[in-house]
Amino acid sequence: MKNVKENQSRRKFIRNAGMTLGTLLVTSAIPSFNAVLFAANKPKGKGVWYGIAIDIEKCIGCGNCAKSCKIENDVPQEPFFFRNWVEQYTIKHDGSIVVESPNGGIDGFTQSVPDAEIEKSFFVPKMCNHCAKSPCVQVCPVGATFETPDGVVLVDEKYCIGCRYCVQACPYGCRYIHPTKNVVDKCTLCYHRLKKGLMPACMQNCPTQARISGDLNDPESEVSKFVKTKNVYVLKPHLNTGSKLYYNALNQEVR
Amino acid sequence: MPVQLKRLLILGVVLFSVFLLFKYLLTPASFGQYGHYRGLALEENAALTAKYTGSEACYDCHDSIVAVKNESLHSSIACESCHGPGFKHIEDPENEKMDQPDSREFCAHCHAFNKARPEKAITQQDIREHNPDEKCIECHNPHQPQQ
Repeated sequence: MKNVKENQSRRKFIRNAGMTLGTLLVTSAIPSFNAVLFAANKPKGKGVWYGIAIDIEKCIGCGNCAKSCKIENDVPQEPFFFRNWVEQYTIKHDGSIVVESPNGGIDGFTQSVPDAEIEKSFFVPKMCNHCAKSPCVQVCPVGATFETPDGVVLVDEKYCIGCRYCVQACPYGCRYIHPTKNVVDKCTLCYHRLKKGLMPACMQNCPTQARISGDLNDPESEVSKFVKTKNVYVLKPHLNTGSKLYYNALNQEVR
Repeated sequence: MPVQLKRLLILGVVLFSVFLLFKYLLTPASFGQYGHYRGLALEENAALTAKYTGSEACYDCHDSIVAVKNESLHSSIACESCHGPGFKHIEDPENEKMDQPDSREFCAHCHAFNKARPEKAITQQDIREHNPDEKCIECHNPHQPQQ
């Protein structure tokens, strides 16, 4: 009796080991994807496909982007509602990292770490990545948030039921619940301005043109050239969100 | 077919029809126009007012000052970056005035020393040391700053 049991468990072990090895072998044959080019090249020759580029080397941390966004889009002024914001990263000599974003950078930044302890410091402006495979869009139970045919992720205010699922789903923290409307609110890439031929408010008011947006399908657009000529990175590429927000000179410590 | 099953079938058909009717009545007309969402939402989003009008609008009346600024170190900065949104001002220039920020703190948003600011990108000053009691604009013309 005991013998049979042992035999069964050995068989089970060999079977499981074989399955695990087989799965590993098969999955290793799947070609890896390029997170940077993945979203940029998605719909070939199908009109405009909006993308965003942010140059960290140009960002001076003035907070104009966050401020003008709040004014343009009637975002509540309380310091925890943002459609876009700036973070100040400070890496100390001992390797620890301090991330600060007082009021999203609207009131300006001060350095809390003494100069002598700083290894490296820089600003990282953040906003909606307008992903091509948005996790937030995928989880919406009523179809109130969507990717437009030109690649902008929008919210339908009248259809949103305020369930907060998308707030949880966004890996970049780019959504919030509007305190009076009780629906979700997020960056629209100033869709209303784009359609009027204007730049998004944050980009128009950036004093150093650190942030630009444009058509990724047009090889002559500033964004396309930016993606081609610079060493661009997207945030959290392993999540395969198809992020269309490309950073130049992004430090690997940025989350 | 047993009579119970027949009745159940009729009930099922009725309930399903009611469901289809409700679905038809509750789905907005433009739903599914482009995808699994209300197509009209695109137009509603696009119809919002743009509050920042762009520097071209300023040029119509303030051409001389815009020209001076465009030749200066501040050439890359849009007018509304400092002066605030202009949508009301262009409708009613007499009564709706633009912001005219003149505080040291305002200039410091960009020009205060901070290790995080790229040195090449911006001139920086220690605003606690540099003439602490005076307004920046008393010496520096924001439309024509000197190096």
